[in-house]
Amino acid sequence: MTFTSNIFRRISLLAAISSLVLLTACSSAPVKQDGELPAMHTVDSVVKEDVTYNIDVYDPWEGMNRGIYRFNAGFDRYVFLPVVGAYTTIMPDFAEDGVTNFFSNLSDITHLINSALQLKPKATVDSAGRLLINTTIGILGLFDVATKWGIYEHDEDFGQTLGHYGVGDGPYIVLPIFGPSNLRDTTGLVTDAVVMAEIDPLNLDHNDNDIVIPYYLLQGIDARHRNNFRYYNTGSPFEYELIRMLYTNKRELDIAR
Amino acid sequence: MNKFIGLIALLFSTLCWAASSDYGYPIKNGLVATVVGTPKEFVADLPKEDDINRKEMSIVIFPDREVPAFIPVKKLNYSLVKQKEAAPLIFVIAGTGASYRSAKMKMMEKAFYQGGFHVVSISSPTYANFIMSASTTQVPGHIVDDSADLYHVMDLIHQQIKGKIDITEFHVTGYSLGGSQAAFVAKLDEERHVFNFKKVLMINPPVSLYTSVDILDKMLEDNIPGGLDNFSEFYNQTMREVAEFYTTTERLDFTNDFLYRMLKERHEKGELTADNVTEEIAPLIGFSFRIASSNMIFVSDIATNGGYILPKNHVLAKRESTTNYGKVAFRISFTDYYDERFYPFFKESRPGLTRESLIEEISLTSIADYLSTTDKITVVHNENDIILAPGEIDFFRETFQSRAHIYPTGGHCGNMSYKDNVDYMVNYFKN
Repeated sequence: MTFTSNIFRRISLLAAISSLVLLTACSSAPVKQDGELPAMHTVDSVVKEDVTYNIDVYDPWEGMNRGIYRFNAGFDRYVFLPVVGAYTTIMPDFAEDGVTNFFSNLSDITHLINSALQLKPKATVDSAGRLLINTTIGILGLFDVATKWGIYEHDEDFGQTLGHYGVGDGPYIVLPIFGPSNLRDTTGLVTDAVVMAEIDPLNLDHNDNDIVIPYYLLQGIDARHRNNFRYYNTGSPFEYELIRMLYTNKRELDIAR
Repeated sequence: MNKFIGLIALLFSTLCWAASSDYGYPIKNGLVATVVGTPKEFVADLPKEDDINRKEMSIVIFPDREVPAFIPVKKLNYSLVKQKEAAPLIFVIAGTGASYRSAKMKMMEKAFYQGGFHVVSISSPTYANFIMSASTTQVPGHIVDDSADLYHVMDLIHQQIKGKIDITEFHVTGYSLGGSQAAFVAKLDEERHVFNFKKVLMINPPVSLYTSVDILDKMLEDNIPGGLDNFSEFYNQTMREVAEFYTTTERLDFTNDFLYRMLKERHEKGELTADNVTEEIAPLIGFSFRIASSNMIFVSDIATNGGYILPKNHVLAKRESTTNYGKVAFRISFTDYYDERFYPFFKESRPGLTRESLIEEISLTSIADYLSTTDKITVVHNENDIILAPGEIDFFRETFQSRAHIYPTGGHCGNMSYKDNVDYMVNYFKN
């Protein structure tokens, strides 16, 4: 199986999941239960129509999203984190950094394209410079020489490009394994992946699964390793809402940047 | 100290109201210190997390307790940091709403590990995982009951780990509410003698829990123009300020230093001054406390079927939306909870209990005699700790005398990671 077909398989999987979302999108609104008595502070007496609540984010598929959120938490706990734990135990620190730098160098391709699409001269020049420096002097991206020289990463993706040109968030979506997103950012994620597959900088198209599968596994492990988030660590019964709000705010900031 | 840091220190010192001294923690304003903590350059040198032999642990406290579908918590999580050799063990108790994994807890683990101690980190009894798995009443905030739960938890944890490590003696410490609880735990130990704690360190504890939470409640409620219905405006304004800084600063991530750098820049631009610092910073602290207290109140409500925010007898389904309950919880102050839920709950089993006597029960003043006579307890505090009412700091001076170590500045726990503070904390247990 080639890299491109691999990518398209991933996309069709995503599409299948999305349609599943639409089909099974059950209401998450509370339903009155038998023997239920009103609380001392009822929702009706506190929540007002004309007040804006920052915790509100457009989330028509909330029931499904919460289900996926739970699945992700379980996957994280029983699969992802143990694998990441084994990875960090086995790998020496410098090798972990090398892996991180390697994937981060590849993502500078995405940053370059999207900086250019948003007509941001500094980000475009920086990303191009980073790619050039880190791929050559940084030995195929294993060392992040550019950052040491004061040329910093500009984390631009196609979701931000769409946002830059006025595309709204769309419905909030929790993606399996990837986590919080929305329709705009999911579109961006898929687009960036397709473009990357077309450019195919590592010539994965001509390699078989013996290389392609470990490549994606390593990329996933590295991404998780770099992210400090832990499910259910906020200690909040409103964690789903808080993450949804913070994700939305964070993306607004990224787009404005 | 390089020039840049000196400059920052100078700028922040213009917001100063504390007397100058040779104490080098750079932020003189208690509110600012509380939100920004210790700037990177001033943090003590500590080992990396990977290098301290730290293990995530969990333990069942109530085997027969039912687990609700919405918050499926059966076990209490904690962490164990082990020395290879025989060593003293320090139990550390987290502050209000904080878990055993909070940044301050991790800082203390590293400091104590470096100092040669085993460490067991325990979440606050006000933290969801503790309420669900280890609280007897599941109505948190009663410091005597919560400390008895902590003592029970420590006992069970000791049973679980004693085969794995060699412990020479026991100490206990905690910050904020955890600091007060450390004292109540020590007092209980004088009767039960499970650990015979050698030393106890209280870090920035409240004198009266009720007074302190009332101060924190008001920081939010009194500083949002037009009241909490307009909270969104305040939130959006804050986001705009963050956006402005974020979009104009080249390299940035959302760590603790982010706030420090942002406030520093706003101070330089003249946007944050001694005149508006209270209205700018106090609501941020109040907001963060309100999130913690609404988490606690709603979790307790789910666990007890208290009918306070969640309709009574309503069982939350796994995928049910709680957004509207969140909006309600955000409007409930801790003092509302005290009057409407907490006090009635305890009065039910003790009919003679008055509102005022319950407030006294959960204050350090109720054990002042013990605190003034025992020589095993020391308190570390800050002159400008924002959770203390005016004059309350003197309670520590009078009660602990030479065992009170009071810094001129640091706000509420803002200076905990500062070099001098870490040295003092570790050396206290060493000597």
